[in-house]
Amino acid sequence: MNLRRSEFHAFTGSGSSRFLYLVPSAAVVQLDDLSHAVLETLAAGDRSATDLVETLSDRWKADEVRTSVDELLGLRAIHTVAAPPPKPKAEKPKRSIPLQTLVLNVTSKCNLSCGYCYEYGEDKIVEAKTKPRFMNEATAKQSVDFLFSEAGDSPSVNLTFFGGETLMNFKMLQSALAYARERGAALGKEVNASLTTNATLLREEIIDWIVANDVGVTVSIDGAREQQDKFRVFANGMGSYDIILPNIKSLLARHRRRPVGARVTLTGQNLDVASIYTHLFEEIGFWEVGFAPVTTSWQREYAIEDEGFQRLLSGFQALAADFLDAALAGRRHGFSNVRDTLEEIHKGMSKAYPCGAGLGLMGVATDGDVALCHRFAGSDEHKLGSVFDGVDHARQDEFLQKHHIANKTDCATCWARPLCAGGCYHEAHTRYGSTVEPNLHYCNWIRAWTNTCLEIYGTLAERKPEYLAQFD
Amino acid sequence: MRHLKPINQKARHIQSIIDNDVVALQQGGPAQGPHVPLGCSFVFAPGWEVDSNGGTAGLCQPVERDLFDCHLTCFWPAHVPDLYNHAPDWTAKCASAQKDWRKIDLIFP
Repeated sequence: MNLRRSEFHAFTGSGSSRFLYLVPSAAVVQLDDLSHAVLETLAAGDRSATDLVETLSDRWKADEVRTSVDELLGLRAIHTVAAPPPKPKAEKPKRSIPLQTLVLNVTSKCNLSCGYCYEYGEDKIVEAKTKPRFMNEATAKQSVDFLFSEAGDSPSVNLTFFGGETLMNFKMLQSALAYARERGAALGKEVNASLTTNATLLREEIIDWIVANDVGVTVSIDGAREQQDKFRVFANGMGSYDIILPNIKSLLARHRRRPVGARVTLTGQNLDVASIYTHLFEEIGFWEVGFAPVTTSWQREYAIEDEGFQRLLSGFQALAADFLDAALAGRRHGFSNVRDTLEEIHKGMSKAYPCGAGLGLMGVATDGDVALCHRFAGSDEHKLGSVFDGVDHARQDEFLQKHHIANKTDCATCWARPLCAGGCYHEAHTRYGSTVEPNLHYCNWIRAWTNTCLEIYGTLAERKPEYLAQFD
Repeated sequence: MRHLKPINQKARHIQSIIDNDVVALQQGGPAQGPHVPLGCSFVFAPGWEVDSNGGTAGLCQPVERDLFDCHLTCFWPAHVPDLYNHAPDWTAKCASAQKDWRKIDLIFP
């Protein structure tokens, strides 16, 4: 009965320790020399357990080798050739997943004209003129009721305000959140509120409301003045950095109960991750900084292409090394991309879908139409229902069936699929015209980056396991 | 696990499943609650094959019971003839295995 290696990704920690990332279970185990030798022997071709015992007999006793083989079989790191691991099926979630997060696109208007904007730029999905420019109070309240009714038994819900520029509809935010909190109290559910803003309109009165209502804030910002003003400009072309800086400083000084994060859009012209991070984390004082490559068609001049992805990777890896040093030294580091990935690795997430869009998260357009997420809000093609009529569950089921990782043939042999699952639907739609397509343009990048995060995870598991305990 | 160390939550979860699974006795076996063998015994402990003194006088069950129990409850038919086709009356004279086992004759195909 011959044995064969199953799917896994082998990686190392800081020293000589060897680890396996098992696919698709997403389990991480540390190998001893014998298990490593068994896998190395099988790398040359299929062997029987008896063969393995004989090959390794100069270093290990037969029963030790057999125990190791049994353990590797148990974890599905290897399998018998006659009984390969079962192929995953595109099954619906076993239990219905309640709606946890509703993103309200409270306005489609924005006071900035960022060159790369997916909502208004060359790759937009929704023609803004076809929808109301602002969500009204009745629609917002209906959205809140919709969230509570779809949330089932969840003890808490997340209500996120988004735009356009979210704060252009500040008046409605106030009444919507007050209503949500009132309904939440009546229903015994906690309402966790957050918003994303470009920080141009963060007046004192708005900061007062944010602090008083414990609203989480993410600021879209691209770095220091020169980096920010490349794309994040007003309609007349004037940069926004000098307007937002005092606002952000005031927010950071006063809003101490919830971490305020910066969210950076990287473009072909803005890839210096280290200097952006230093400015935002150390000089301005954001709690954390998250980076995302711009979502765009490949032919746009701000798109990140091959050489750019290489630069981006080196930048991420250098900053990740800083993150590791800080974690080992017991200092907090704000590079949230690493921290988030470490948490997913620690929990052993093996995703059937790249994100919660259309499942535990949905986006509401200004008119109350419900779509996959905020990036698709208002798109009829990606509509799942409306806050007035509820979710079209047949359509949702069809979406989930089509987008299940088991139906993404291109991903079937990739070891990074438990974490990536094909990547962002919106990115795929912009790049390939369909949410079903996996984002093949960054596969190599994702694998290299996931490997970096796994190596950091392995090093922490070896040298600072208490750091990982925070994710338990 | 002796040669693999679970590191993340998923690995620990899988280990807990494996630990509660059926494993070969050579591996020492998992920690379990009381084990009640049904039909035949797969533990070589006093009580079945031998009694606590190493003899057969004080077995938990008469050995003759195995004649029926093995092929009826465990479907282990090797030591009995084909009762359905070839020798349906093989045990006709054996009302009680403990008393009448001598009445069961040899069967020649």
